Amino acid sequence: MSNPAQRRSTSLAIISTGFVVLWIMVAASPFLWTLWGSFKVQGDFFSKADWTNALYGVRTMIETGDFFTTNGYYGAWVEHGFGESVINTAIVVVSTVIISLTLGTLGGYALARSGFKYSFWILMLALVFRAMPHITLVSGYLLPFFEWNVWGYLPTSIIVLVAINQPFTLWMLHSFFLNIPKDLDESAMVDGCTRFQAFRHVIIPVMWPGVITTGLFSFLLAYNDFAVTASLLSQDNQTMIPKIASFLGTTQVEGNVMFAVAAVVSAMIPLFILVMFFQRQIVSGLTTGAVKG
Amino acid sequence: MPHRTFFWFIIPSLTAMILFIAFPVISVITQSLHVEHEKVLVSSESCGPFGCKQVTVIDVEATAQLRTDQPLGQFSGFDNYTNRNHLAFDEISLAWSNSENMSMFFNKLLNLPFYKALAFTLTYTFVVTPFVIVLGLAIALGVNALPKFAKGPTIFVSLLPMIVTPLIGSLILFWMIDGEGVIGASIQSLFNDPNLSLKASPALTWMMLIVYGIWHSAPFSFIVFYAGLQTVPTDTLEAATIDGANRWQRIRYVVVPYMKPLVVFITLMQLMDNFRVLEPIVSFASEASATSLSWIIYKDLTSDTQLFGSAAATSMLTIVGVAILLLPVLFRTWRDFSRTAH
Repeated sequence: MSNPAQRRSTSLAIISTGFVVLWIMVAASPFLWTLWGSFKVQGDFFSKADWTNALYGVRTMIETGDFFTTNGYYGAWVEHGFGESVINTAIVVVSTVIISLTLGTLGGYALARSGFKYSFWILMLALVFRAMPHITLVSGYLLPFFEWNVWGYLPTSIIVLVAINQPFTLWMLHSFFLNIPKDLDESAMVDGCTRFQAFRHVIIPVMWPGVITTGLFSFLLAYNDFAVTASLLSQDNQTMIPKIASFLGTTQVEGNVMFAVAAVVSAMIPLFILVMFFQRQIVSGLTTGAVKG
Repeated sequence: MPHRTFFWFIIPSLTAMILFIAFPVISVITQSLHVEHEKVLVSSESCGPFGCKQVTVIDVEATAQLRTDQPLGQFSGFDNYTNRNHLAFDEISLAWSNSENMSMFFNKLLNLPFYKALAFTLTYTFVVTPFVIVLGLAIALGVNALPKFAKGPTIFVSLLPMIVTPLIGSLILFWMIDGEGVIGASIQSLFNDPNLSLKASPALTWMMLIVYGIWHSAPFSFIVFYAGLQTVPTDTLEAATIDGANRWQRIRYVVVPYMKPLVVFITLMQLMDNFRVLEPIVSFASEASATSLSWIIYKDLTSDTQLFGSAAATSMLTIVGVAILLLPVLFRTWRDFSRTAH
């Protein structure tokens, strides 16, 4: 390379590339291992004799007569009704994303456009709320929810997740709206629009990149949540993650750890697809507010 | 924007936050001052052929009635905070006076549930956070030097440990370090000790939980640093090179100063997130050797007899802990803000 600032010695390049390769292996191998192992029997995945059994499926061959087995998936999806919790997760996640984005865009827009001192304090308050461990809030919900008989239902969890999501959504959309030039909606208002009309006709058409990025993170929060859904949903309404947690107790007793492994792999797949398609948005979302200060 | 319009735009979001974040905190405070009702006891005299004796039985109906009438329980002041399961003042003073040396005292202290959880939570937070920052910066520098075509796939793989559900990520790791899992078995054969178990020893369990924490969070700091590296001006780097700075000096005196605000940002986020560590402890089923503040709240809430008062008291102490952690950062932000305002 001609640029002296970019030039580096060969040994350094090897070390640095080697380090990245090592990191990639550390980051990816647990997933590949579990994905591969989920098609084996327990005797291979947790092999007493030799860990390479999991690769070649020695016990799987003996027990099922085939190299791969889908017994784990059958057990999780058919015998333990994992499908129902997948549907519950879909309902919770989609509703949470839609509602929190609706509230968040309105609030974030207002915070970005008002120059008042109290909008700073609202943002600070949101930051404090963001710092609260979710489980501490859950301990505040349980008793009132029992009293009002709303404990255990999906809508309750959805509303709670929306609220927990708000601080983050507000911050992110606020910094996104700051990047949309003020002149855009103000010129619409000079032309006789009200503030809401300006928002509706001028801002909404250009806000989608930011909304999609924020939506991805709302999705991840709702999908990955354990504290709220595990303690606010009844057994019948469980979403995937608490379902997997409750698998652990029962399947270890029955010797069906592979059901849990299969369920874990099933829950992992949508996340991988998400990263595959939205990698750029996730990266830009993680850095909003950070790089700009 | 007039106050009125601002109000209407912000009100849905603000209502949600006040109803479901601010009110629960008030509810937690109230609950923490109450304990569950004791069982209602009825004594009666039962007389048989051999004389009379006093019998005390639990009045199940009256107990249930009392619990429905006053679900909050009975007022107990700060008992919840000071009892053995929380700050345990009595036990500590007893341990202090009975212990011959400091290590004995600390042993006793760490047997108390709250301090045991606090010790792990703080260790986890303050070990994982710096490791994540250093490792993230190292990966970012490495990836930045890769040829262009390799960057995309590398970032994809790097994102996975962070994006995956914490409960699932820690379960995967837990299965691998199981005595019969791949890493666990390899370590056993490496040290030639078939009884070596990463789960049995508290020190190893702590280490594995911390390793999980670093694995889970390193991608976050990597991505932030990587994006930051793209904004470092090449002019400055070139100027430094012309002035005779070697590669290490360029990183130390040009790149690192540019990364400083990012370090503050990552530290803030990591402190918040690591302090609430819960899922790995559930996945690792490590409560015998490591618990966290979030985990003891979770346990109080999900056990058969839900201990709302106890959970609320731990929650309050946790919130105080978060506040202490974040105070320096918040103060700094406030100072910056008031400086720009004047």
